[in-house]
Amino acid sequence: MTDTNTTTASAAESGAERPILEIKDLQVGFQTQNGMVTAVDGVNLTLYRGQSLAIVGESGSGKSTTAHAIINLLPGTGRITRGQILLDGKDLTKVSKREMESIRGRQVGFVPQDPMSNLNPVWSVGFQVEEAIRANGVAKGKQAVRERAIQVLKQAGLQDAERRLKQYPHQFSGGMRQRVLIGIGLSADPQLLIADEPTSALDVTVQRVILDHLETLTRDLGTTLVFITHDLGLAAERAEQLVVMYKGRIVESGPSVEILQNPQHPYTKRLVAAAPSLASRRIEASASLDQAETDLTGDVAGDSLDLVATLEARHDTDSVAAAKESAIIVEDLTKVYKIRGSGDFTAVDKVSFQIPRGTTMALVGESGSGKSTVAKMLLKLEEPTSGEITIDGKRLNGLSSKDAFALRSRMQPVFQDPYGSLNPLMNIGNLIAEPMKVHKFGDRDSRRARVHELLDQVSLPTSLVTRYPNELSGGQRQRIAIARALALKPDIVVLDEAVSALDVLVQAQILRLLADLQAELDLTYLFITHDLAVVRVIADNVAVMQKGRIVETATTDEVFGNPTQQYTRDLLAAIPGANIPLGL
Amino acid sequence: MSSNTRSNAAHYVAPIEETPLVAVDSVKASGRVSNLWTDAWADLRKRPMFWISSVLIVLITFVALFPGLFTSEPPSSGCYLENSNGGPEAGHPLGFTKQGCDVFSRIVHGAATSLSVGIIVTILILVLGITFGALAGFYGGWVDSVLSRVGDIFFSIPYILAAVVVMSVLSQYRNVFVIALAIGLFAWPSTSRVLRAEILRVKNSDYVMSATAIGVSRFKILLRHVLPNSIAPVIVVTTIGLAGAIVAEATLSFLGVGLPNTIMSWGNDISAAQRDLRNNPMTLIYPSIALSLTVLSFIMLGEVLRDALDPKARATR
Amino acid sequence: MTGYILRRVLQAIPVFFGTTFLIYFMVFALPGDPILALFGDKTPNPAVLEQLRAQYNLDKPFIVQYLLYIGGIFRGDFGVSFSGQPVSEILARTFPVTLRLALIALVIEMVVGIAVGLVSGLRKGKLFDSSALVVSLIFISLPIFVIAFVFQYVFAIQLGWARPTVGSGAPWSDLILPGIVLATISFAQIQRLTRSSVIESSGLDFVRTAASKGLSRRRIVPVHILRNSLIPVVTFLAVDFGTLMVGATVTEGIFNVPGVGNTLYQAIIRGEGPTVVSFVTVMVLIYLVVNLVVDLFYAVLDPRIRYVK
Repeated sequence: MTDTNTTTASAAESGAERPILEIKDLQVGFQTQNGMVTAVDGVNLTLYRGQSLAIVGESGSGKSTTAHAIINLLPGTGRITRGQILLDGKDLTKVSKREMESIRGRQVGFVPQDPMSNLNPVWSVGFQVEEAIRANGVAKGKQAVRERAIQVLKQAGLQDAERRLKQYPHQFSGGMRQRVLIGIGLSADPQLLIADEPTSALDVTVQRVILDHLETLTRDLGTTLVFITHDLGLAAERAEQLVVMYKGRIVESGPSVEILQNPQHPYTKRLVAAAPSLASRRIEASASLDQAETDLTGDVAGDSLDLVATLEARHDTDSVAAAKESAIIVEDLTKVYKIRGSGDFTAVDKVSFQIPRGTTMALVGESGSGKSTVAKMLLKLEEPTSGEITIDGKRLNGLSSKDAFALRSRMQPVFQDPYGSLNPLMNIGNLIAEPMKVHKFGDRDSRRARVHELLDQVSLPTSLVTRYPNELSGGQRQRIAIARALALKPDIVVLDEAVSALDVLVQAQILRLLADLQAELDLTYLFITHDLAVVRVIADNVAVMQKGRIVETATTDEVFGNPTQQYTRDLLAAIPGANIPLGL
Repeated sequence: MSSNTRSNAAHYVAPIEETPLVAVDSVKASGRVSNLWTDAWADLRKRPMFWISSVLIVLITFVALFPGLFTSEPPSSGCYLENSNGGPEAGHPLGFTKQGCDVFSRIVHGAATSLSVGIIVTILILVLGITFGALAGFYGGWVDSVLSRVGDIFFSIPYILAAVVVMSVLSQYRNVFVIALAIGLFAWPSTSRVLRAEILRVKNSDYVMSATAIGVSRFKILLRHVLPNSIAPVIVVTTIGLAGAIVAEATLSFLGVGLPNTIMSWGNDISAAQRDLRNNPMTLIYPSIALSLTVLSFIMLGEVLRDALDPKARATR
Repeated sequence: MTGYILRRVLQAIPVFFGTTFLIYFMVFALPGDPILALFGDKTPNPAVLEQLRAQYNLDKPFIVQYLLYIGGIFRGDFGVSFSGQPVSEILARTFPVTLRLALIALVIEMVVGIAVGLVSGLRKGKLFDSSALVVSLIFISLPIFVIAFVFQYVFAIQLGWARPTVGSGAPWSDLILPGIVLATISFAQIQRLTRSSVIESSGLDFVRTAASKGLSRRRIVPVHILRNSLIPVVTFLAVDFGTLMVGATVTEGIFNVPGVGNTLYQAIIRGEGPTVVSFVTVMVLIYLVVNLVVDLFYAVLDPRIRYVK
C-alpha cells in the first residue's frame, strides 16, 4: 500500500506521467550448494509508455535474468531477493501466482531467444497461438479464436496463415518460427513486450527483416519494448534507451546515441572497442579522420580488445608482405550430396578462389551457403565431387595416402564450438601433443617443451597441462584449439567459425591473438564466418557465398567500400549499427 | 517520441569502485582436476545409496567366494528328513526346509551361482554389445544396416523366452555356463543399441573431426576418442543388466529349465518352497530376500551411476 | 506418414523371418533326433511322436523344414501340443483370458506409474519423490514370482481378500489380484521413466514460453509437460512387452489362470519341449506385432515422425 502511495506521490511531484515499468534496486539470487549466489544486484531502470529500452551485456551479465524477473519466470532456484518491479505502479514482486498468470501475456508479452526450442514440437502452431489467445481472454468461441490467431500470425508476417495453422513447428524455418513467437507475444496486445535476444539464432539477413518488422509492429501498436541483446550495435540501433550490464550490475545507462558516442564507464568503452558491428563504422571514421579517434580503451585494458587497433597492427605487417604466391588454389570445386528420395543436392557449386601465402581469406555466407563444406573438402574431411584443390603446389586429387598424411601436418583446423572441439577425456597437455605424437614429431621431452612453448604463444599458463577442457572457458578452449592446430608448425590454418560462439570481448582477444600469430609465423588463414562485421578486422580478401556459389570475391576494402552484388549489399546492410552516428 | 512531461532518463554511469573491471577471460583453474570420471567420483562418494550398494555387493561377493566362512554346513549334504520344516535352532538360524536342509547354508552357497551367472552374462553382453554397437554406430552404412537388423532379430525374442527354448533343447547340459550363454546370447542387443546411439552422437563432434584432420586413423579414432566418450551409458545399462541376468537365472531355475537341483540356486530353493507355501512360508521368503537384496544392490548401483555419469540425468536430478 | 508406415512394415519383414528362423535353428539344427531331445527323459505317446515328426518334416533338408513350417504359420497352423491338440485351438481358448489379464495389468501400471511419476517429477527431491523411489526400487528388485507368492500368501491365503487361484471361466474379479501382480513388474520402470521425462520436459524452453503466454500451471502440466513425457513412456511399453509376456507366463502359472501363459508355464514345468517351442514362437510373433503397432501409434504421438517424407 505504502509503495503505491510513494510512487504516485513521486510521480505527481515531478508532474510527469507514471512510467510503465520501473525497477528499483532489484536483486536476484540463485540457491546453490554453496548458498545464495547473487546474479543481479541493485538494478534500477525506468521506462515510459511507447519507449524502447535495450539491456546489453555479455553472457552471465544478468541481462536475461533481469528480463525473466519482470514476469517472474526465473529458471530453477532463482528468486527475487530484494527490490521492486513496478508495472504501471503495481509491484510485481508482491502479486499472487494467479495474478501473475493474468499479467503474463495480457500485460507483458515475451519473445524468447531460440525459435527452435520455444515451440512445443508435439502441438500444431495454430494450437499454440490459439491457446495464448484463449488464456488471455482476447477472443471467445472456436471461430473467433481462430480468426484472431490468423490475424495475429498475419500481423507477424506469415502470409499464408490460414494454411499454416495446422502445421507443426518442425515444418517451419527458424525465421518463420520466430515470427510465430512474436505473434504469440503480441497476441493479447500487451502494453510491454520483452524480447530476449529474439534473433540471435537467425541468419543476419533474416534477423534484419524480423527486427524491422518487430519495430514497426510495436510502434504501430504503441507497445513498450524491452530488448535484450549481447550486440551493442544492435541495441543502439533498435532502442532509444540503453542499459549496459556487467556482472549483475548496471554500469552505464542512458540515451543510446549518447552512450555510444561518449561511453564513460571503462567496461562500456571496452564493449564499444570490441563490438564488431561498430568496428566497421569506426574503421571508416578513423580512415577519413586520419587517426583522430577518441581513445576508447587505453586507460584500462590496453588495445588488445580494440578491433581497430588489431586492424592497424595487421596493416603494419601486411604492407611489407605483398604479391606472394598462392598457398591455396581452389578451382571449380563442387560437392553434390545424394539425398534419398529427393534427388541430388549441390552444396558447393563450382567454387574457385586463391589465397596468397601469409594472408587471410574470409569465406562469408549464411547457414546452408556451403562455406563449411568447402572447409571440409580442403581439410580432406569430405571428398569433392569434382574440381581441384592445390595446396602448396600439390594437388589434393590422387594424392597417395602417405602424402595426404604429410599434407595434414601443413594445414590444421580450428572449429566453431569451443565446447565440442576438444576431447573432454584428454588433458590439455595430451590434447596439444596429440598431433605431434601422430606425426612422430620429436621425442617425449621435446614434445613437452613444444607444448609449453605453444601455451605461451596463446597466452595461457603452462600449469594447465594436467587440466581438462571442462575446467576452461570457451575462449580459453579456443586458445587450446589454436595451440593444438599450431603444434606441427603448419603454414595454413582453417578457422571454421572459430570466434562465432564467443562473447565480444573474448572474441576481440582471440582475433588479436590470431592477427599476432599470423604476423609472427607467416600463417595463411582461411577464415569462415557468417559475420561480415568480423571480416573487416581480420581479412585481406573476402569471398561471399550464397547457395553453394561464390557471388563476389574482392579485397576487404572493396567489398566494404564498393560492393558489386545485391546479396553482398544485403549482408552489409544487415550489420547492425550502420546508421548510428558515432560522432568520432 | 518522448514527451516533455517525462523525466527523460539521464546518462548514468556507475561508480567504478562499485563495478570494478575484471581481466577478460582470466584463467581460474585451481583446486582439483576435473573431468567426467573425477567429477563422477566426486559425485558418487557423496551419495549414501552408492555406499550402501557397494558395501552390499562387496559382502555378497565375499559370501560367494568364501561360503565356508559363513556356514559350517556343506552345501548339498546335511539334509535330514527328521529336520523337515524345523524352526531356527543353534547353528541353523533360519531353520530347515521340508527336505530337512539348512536354509541359511543353502542361501550362503546359492550366492556363488547367482553371482557367477550374472558376471558371465555381463561379460558376454559387453563383448557382443560393444562389438556390434561400436561397429554399427561408427562405420554406419551397410555395416550398420546388417548389424542393426541382426540386433533387431535377437532383440525381438525376449531373452527369458529364448533361454527357455535353449534350455529345453539342452536339457542334458544344464550348468552355470550354459544358462549364462542362453541368457547372454539374447540379452546383448539393448546394450548395443545404447552404445550405437551414443556413438552416433559422439562421432559427429568436432573433436572427432579435429582428430581426423590431424591424421589419426579411423580405427584409432574409434578406440581413442569415440569409445571412451560413449562408454558411460553402457556402464549404467550393464550394471542394471547384471541384476537382470540374476533374475533371469532365478526365473529359469524356478520354472525348472534352469539349473538342476544338484546346483545350489536361490531360484531352485524358491521353486521347491512354493509347494509348501501355506505351511512354511519362511523357506520361500528367506531365499527371496537374498535374491532381492542382491538384485537391489546392483539396481541401486546402476541408478547412482546413471545420475553421476549421464549429464542429462544429472541435469534432471 | 505413409512412407513411415511402409518403411516400418518393410523393416518388420526380415525381423519376422529372422526370429522364426533363429528359434527353428536352435531347436532343429542340432545333431540327433530333435524331437526326442525336446522330450528329455520323458517318453511320449508314439502316435504323437509320429505326428510331430510329420509336422516338422524331419526327413527333409533343414531349410525345406523351415519353409514348410513358415508356411504352416501363415495358415495359422502352429503344430500340435504334447497331448495331440492343435496349438491354434488352445490359443483360441486361452488368448481371451490372457488379453483380459494383460489389459488389467496395463491399465493399472500406466495409471499408477504415470500418476506417481508425474507427481514425483513435479516435486523432485521432496518426501513424495523419495518415498516413490524407495517403493520403485523394491518393486524393480523383486522377481515376479516372489511378488506373486507374497501377494498370493498375504492377500489371498492370510487376508482372504481374493481367491488364491483363478476359478473356471476366469472372471474379471478373479483376475484382479494376478493383474496387480503383473502390473508391479513395469510399474516401477514407468514411474522412473515418467519422472525423469517430466523433469526434463519441465526445464525445456517451450514450457517457459507457455508460462509467458499467460497459461496457468493447471494447463501447462498436462498439455505441455505430461503430453511430451508420454512419448518415451510409450516407447518403453513396446520394448517392455516382452517382460510383460514372461511375467504373464509366471503369474498365470502361479495363480492358475487358464491363459496362454499358463499353457506355456505348464509345458515348461512338465518338460514338453515341442509345446514350449510352439508357444514361444506365438509369443514372439505377438511381440513383433505389438511393437509394430506401437511404432505406428508413435507417429500419432510425435508429429515430427508423422510428417517425415
